[in-house]
Amino acid sequence: MSSMPGGRARTTDEDLELTPDPSLPPTAVDEAVREAEESTWTPAKIAIWAAIALVGGVAWFMLAIIRGETVNAIWFVFASVCTYLIGYRFYSKVIERYITRPNDRRATPAEYKADGKDYVRTDRNVLFGHHFAAIAGAGPLVGPVIAAQMGYLPGTIWIIIGVVLAGAVQDYLVLFFSMRRGGRSLGQMAREELGVIGGTAALIATLLIMVIIVAILALVVVNALGESPWGVFSVGMTIPIALFMGVYLRFIRPGKVLEVSLIGFVLLMAAIIGGGLVADTEWGAAFFHLDKVTIAWGLIFYGFIAAILPVWLLLAPRDYLSTFMKIGVIVMLALAIIVVRPEITVPAFSEFASRENGPVFPGALFPFLFVTIACGALSGFHALISSGTTPKLIEKERQTRLIGYGGMLMESFVAIMALVAAISIDRGLYFAMNSPAALTGGTVETAATWVNSLGLAGVNLTPDLLSQTAANVGEESIVSRTGGAPTLAVGLAHIMQQFIGGTAMMAFWYHFAIMFEALFILTAVDAGTRVARFMLQDSIGNFVPKFKEHSWRPGAWLCTAVMVCAWGAVLLMGVTDPLGGINTLFPLFGIANQLLAAIALSVCLAIAARRASFKYLWIVALPLAFAAVVTITASFQKIFSPVPAVGYFANNAAFSKALADGKTEFGTAKTVAAMEAVVRNTMIQGWLSVIFVVLSIIVIITALIATSKAFRHERAGVAHKDHEDPAVPSRGYAPAGFIPTAAERELMAEWNKLPAELRLEKPAHH
Amino acid sequence: MNTILEGFRGFARYLGGVMGADAYQKYLEHHAASGHQAPPMTEREFWRDRTDRQDTNPQGRCC
Repeated sequence: MSSMPGGRARTTDEDLELTPDPSLPPTAVDEAVREAEESTWTPAKIAIWAAIALVGGVAWFMLAIIRGETVNAIWFVFASVCTYLIGYRFYSKVIERYITRPNDRRATPAEYKADGKDYVRTDRNVLFGHHFAAIAGAGPLVGPVIAAQMGYLPGTIWIIIGVVLAGAVQDYLVLFFSMRRGGRSLGQMAREELGVIGGTAALIATLLIMVIIVAILALVVVNALGESPWGVFSVGMTIPIALFMGVYLRFIRPGKVLEVSLIGFVLLMAAIIGGGLVADTEWGAAFFHLDKVTIAWGLIFYGFIAAILPVWLLLAPRDYLSTFMKIGVIVMLALAIIVVRPEITVPAFSEFASRENGPVFPGALFPFLFVTIACGALSGFHALISSGTTPKLIEKERQTRLIGYGGMLMESFVAIMALVAAISIDRGLYFAMNSPAALTGGTVETAATWVNSLGLAGVNLTPDLLSQTAANVGEESIVSRTGGAPTLAVGLAHIMQQFIGGTAMMAFWYHFAIMFEALFILTAVDAGTRVARFMLQDSIGNFVPKFKEHSWRPGAWLCTAVMVCAWGAVLLMGVTDPLGGINTLFPLFGIANQLLAAIALSVCLAIAARRASFKYLWIVALPLAFAAVVTITASFQKIFSPVPAVGYFANNAAFSKALADGKTEFGTAKTVAAMEAVVRNTMIQGWLSVIFVVLSIIVIITALIATSKAFRHERAGVAHKDHEDPAVPSRGYAPAGFIPTAAERELMAEWNKLPAELRLEKPAHH
Repeated sequence: MNTILEGFRGFARYLGGVMGADAYQKYLEHHAASGHQAPPMTEREFWRDRTDRQDTNPQGRCC
């Protein structure tokens, strides 16, 4: 194995091609200086890291070992932040040193492809916020809430440890490898690295996964808005507000993005307050009181129209609004949790942690907890973002660690805060809100009786608490409001009213939370439909070339309609599901998302192997193996489990048999039509699971073949073919992290002394 | 007072950067630096071009 080149060897190869401009200062901190800086441990540095480790250790001890009556929410903040800091400082540097090996002497696509539009060098701090806003949405706000069924500890451990060892690793690697390829998409990289079979399987899997993800996000919105006149009014108002903003930006004051976002924000607040007033009137309550099926149909029509309307009219302005809200909400939530510091009474492990018949989602802790929390710990969807816009904006290669790895840590922190908000409410209330109506019976009395019959420690739910909470948040009922969003909204209202406004403000905070979750989801639905439409057009275009013309209206409309029908069908299936919808479909969402992560990590594995980093390949192999084991086990259980609550086909068989026996009601299905619906739904869900898992296994196997081929080539001394863009010397400098080091500051000062005309980039292609 | 104002301005600039409000400015800088002969797009044209290009080149938003 002596022929195996060490980490540094390749960098020297690159350096031969990268002749720097002698008239410019160095474009990277000298390797030896940086090494020395990193490996010198001053007493102050040691003290800081010892303190971080100590605080983190104490926090974990409080969460995991101490079994008091309550635990304070502040320990969640300390445990997560300290672990993130340690993961970022130590683990991500290992990845940087042995896998990615960034070279600041090399120009990034934003430099060598600069066009002032798509490829623009962007300040690292700004890009961090931009990337974070693109990856974080409703996902990290929903999954942890649903997973709280198992108690707080399993979810907390998975979110924090999972992000450090898996989620952030995936985001960082995809971002880096895509950047080295001029910002190529995950699909293109899969095709190049895994060949036609692996690439095609990855493409089909991605398309299907997007359909499922959009459908289930839409289901979350429908569940939050069903029978809620206030919610329907205020979320509905986002459409005219966005249209107004679009017209304003196009015709009245182009480019005034911040200004229009502020106007939009004020209008949004007015819509929330107005929603309360409208819902109080008789006509308002009657007109905006819509059942879930109507809302689902409304969302489907909306989805189609939004996806064919020009971007400037609806999507772009709502995206501004959503980004604006995202940053505001997260800062607000973090502040509120730190100021209020709620006491948590939920046990570390609940009664359902060791069972597989939980009412919120069925299945055992392993593997289902790990698929229920996808976003926030490991989210495959991020690979599509990390290989899209962000790599085209990076200024220097070393910044990918901050943006890719650090950005995902931020999302994980959002997930932790969502978890804290959800578990700060009464546990009885949690189960009454998150269990399907088929179990709770839908009224406050039946729900209270049912929750109390579960025999949960310390739970004694009164019908009064349910109706009082509903009245406080301005809803008719909060029983069986599944999907996570309403629970988070109640939790957030509960925390925020202690911070600002008291009980009188609870209804506002509740609908504020529903509003921003709906906003994030509608943006994801729009953008997801559009991206899926283009993927479908390109795929059909391989057979019917006309479809590749994206401006060809009939093709665009047809493909949009196909995609909307696909997710619309899954959405309607969820809304009308006699078994509850969220509890049957949410595992599919998580499995789909994690399978995408497995696909992305497979591609990263093959690329890392091509770059001859065999000794440290475990860094990629570890999260890949975990994601593969979790999702394949979960899929197999969904397909083969004999327990009807877990296995789709087992449930299908049970209901088919009941129908054949001439029964007119079975389990939670009270009519023959409902029973037939279950038979149909479980069959579709079962086959979707089969398709997902087969496609993913194909991708993983092709990645393993590519990896072993790279290994054999290495041993035989054959040169690796890589698909990176050729190295171009950089002509600029910027530091890597938030806070520049001493050496970085020195170099920045040198660059600042340079005359302005020399400092600007000179793109090669003009 | 001035520091507070400065801090607020800095935050607004950052937020604007995150949301892409400074895109036209950056385009102008690029245009000037790369020595194009043709005059740059006006602000109105630039923003139209930007959103219209998104029509055929959609960007995903995450869950």
